[in-house]
Amino acid sequence: MVPLLTAAFAILSREHPVVQRCLSLSGIVVLFIVGFILMGQVLEHNYLTVQVGGWEAPYGITLIADLLAAIMVLFTGLIGFAVILYSLMSCKQDGFSSAFHPLVHFLLMGVCGAFLTGDIFNLYVCFEIMLMASFALLTLEGRAEQTEGAVKYVVLNLLSSALFLGGLGLLYAKVGTLNMADISLIVQQAVADDNAGPIRLAGLLFFVSFSVKAGMFPFFFWLPASYHTPSVPVSALFAGLLTKVGVYALIRLHTLIMPGEVLGHKLLLFMGVATMLIGVFGAASQMHIRRILSFHIISQIGYIIIGVAINTVLSLASAIFFIVHNIVAKGNLFLVSGIASNAVGSEDLHKTGGMWKAWPQLAIIYLISAFSLAGLPPLSGFVAKLSIVWATVESKLWWVMAAVIFTGLLTLYSMIKIWVEVFWKDHPEKNWTLTVSKDNKRLLPVSFLALFAILLGIGGGPLFDICMRAGEQLTDSSGYIRVVLGAPQ
Amino acid sequence: MEIIMSIVIGVSYASAVFLLLQKRLLQIILGIALLGHATNLLIFVASGLHGTTLPIIGNEAKVLASTAVDPLPQALILTAIVIGLALFGFSLALAYRCVAVLGHDDVDQITHTDSLDESTSLSEN
Repeated sequence: MVPLLTAAFAILSREHPVVQRCLSLSGIVVLFIVGFILMGQVLEHNYLTVQVGGWEAPYGITLIADLLAAIMVLFTGLIGFAVILYSLMSCKQDGFSSAFHPLVHFLLMGVCGAFLTGDIFNLYVCFEIMLMASFALLTLEGRAEQTEGAVKYVVLNLLSSALFLGGLGLLYAKVGTLNMADISLIVQQAVADDNAGPIRLAGLLFFVSFSVKAGMFPFFFWLPASYHTPSVPVSALFAGLLTKVGVYALIRLHTLIMPGEVLGHKLLLFMGVATMLIGVFGAASQMHIRRILSFHIISQIGYIIIGVAINTVLSLASAIFFIVHNIVAKGNLFLVSGIASNAVGSEDLHKTGGMWKAWPQLAIIYLISAFSLAGLPPLSGFVAKLSIVWATVESKLWWVMAAVIFTGLLTLYSMIKIWVEVFWKDHPEKNWTLTVSKDNKRLLPVSFLALFAILLGIGGGPLFDICMRAGEQLTDSSGYIRVVLGAPQ
Repeated sequence: MEIIMSIVIGVSYASAVFLLLQKRLLQIILGIALLGHATNLLIFVASGLHGTTLPIIGNEAKVLASTAVDPLPQALILTAIVIGLALFGFSLALAYRCVAVLGHDDVDQITHTDSLDESTSLSEN
């Protein structure tokens, strides 16, 4: 609810930029704190539910926070905080229109709503809120490139929304409820009776729709076409959050709504591996900073999908840890690359260089997040990748393990490519000097996130324990169902 | 009745897909709008067209009459229509912007953001 209030206040204060920025910042801080409180509560009680409007489930709309949702909300607050801080400190501040802050908060509202809802139609509505805000953010500056990217983004996402809605209608027609816990029970019954044909059809529609939103192979084309076009904080926010919402929906679909083998996990596994490889190959061929990073989003989604597809406690836990790590590392990389390209004057790797000498602090922060993404110890990516590899070993999927390690190497390659081209080599023009002032204040949000990447790596144990518990909750959905429906079924 | 409606939905979906595959941006957007309407109809029909009375519990009755229609799909569709309208408006504005900035609405030529070569990318304006 916090983002909604903030967004409303931010719209009201659009005539007063200073007031609006203060409101925006305080709103996100409150969201972050609420995320922490929620996390603490959920750790204690395992599940928290609210029946909106006082109607009992399965008739009313349920909001439920289990560990997965709590983790996601917490890190949504984190990345939102960093992005807003960045936008406040960015040099291009005056170029931002007054719509930026309200839109960001609407986006956050949609994202948090999608994480917390226990009602599948509510999930659709939250998706749409999120999409609408992201469309507007994407086209905020109205440049030609942005319009082009937005056309592809809008068309594909609307298509996937229509599929989602269609699946929803069919599922409702079959099971007569929209409550995810209730659906889960009925679907399990139908599978037991060998009567799940129409449900599988609806599930397939959901599956395609969520895959489009998550940017999975073969539905990823819209992502690298549009993510590098908007302003830096916007693309960092998109990179950190939007695809993760699609992944979150896929996790819910595969563990709760259609548990077990209603939809094939094999298919998901193949798609995950393909996503991972295609993404990293795409990145290797690019020479534009944010395009490389966009392709890496796809490849990272592949890792997470593999974790979901293997569907053991360990693999789900590693998928969740990977999402968290990815939100932090990816968002940070986009922000750092924004500062770097702003300082160096181009995002094309042929035209950059010399940043190591010019601004070593920035270079170090880049290195931390890039190595974290590539999975070098002791950073967060190492823990995340190691746990995925463990999960594949545990399930004896050797070819998947090989693909995971191979992709890790290629990720390292393209991260080092950016490092060499932007920071290490000399600038192509001689006598080149920094044109923008080295304002170390702008490093605040990125160093904040880099610190988190280190913390998640060194002190990742407690968080991974939480992820394991979340994974246990996901593999055994009976607790979730019992809490939502109130009575033991 | 269900059969007729099913055919209508099928034809709408087919036309929507046909429109989506066209080159002009406006046709694609109309395709999306049609797709949305077809989906709304689908929700409506899929849950059955057998109700005959309003889904209101009268003064004397304690439960809903068995002849009442299911109100939930209608609520869903209402929500979906509102959302769809907003998105339709946005996409029309986007298409207008696209024509204004790029000078054409041919999606085959909208390839700059995908190209590998930086030199072909559009200059910032």
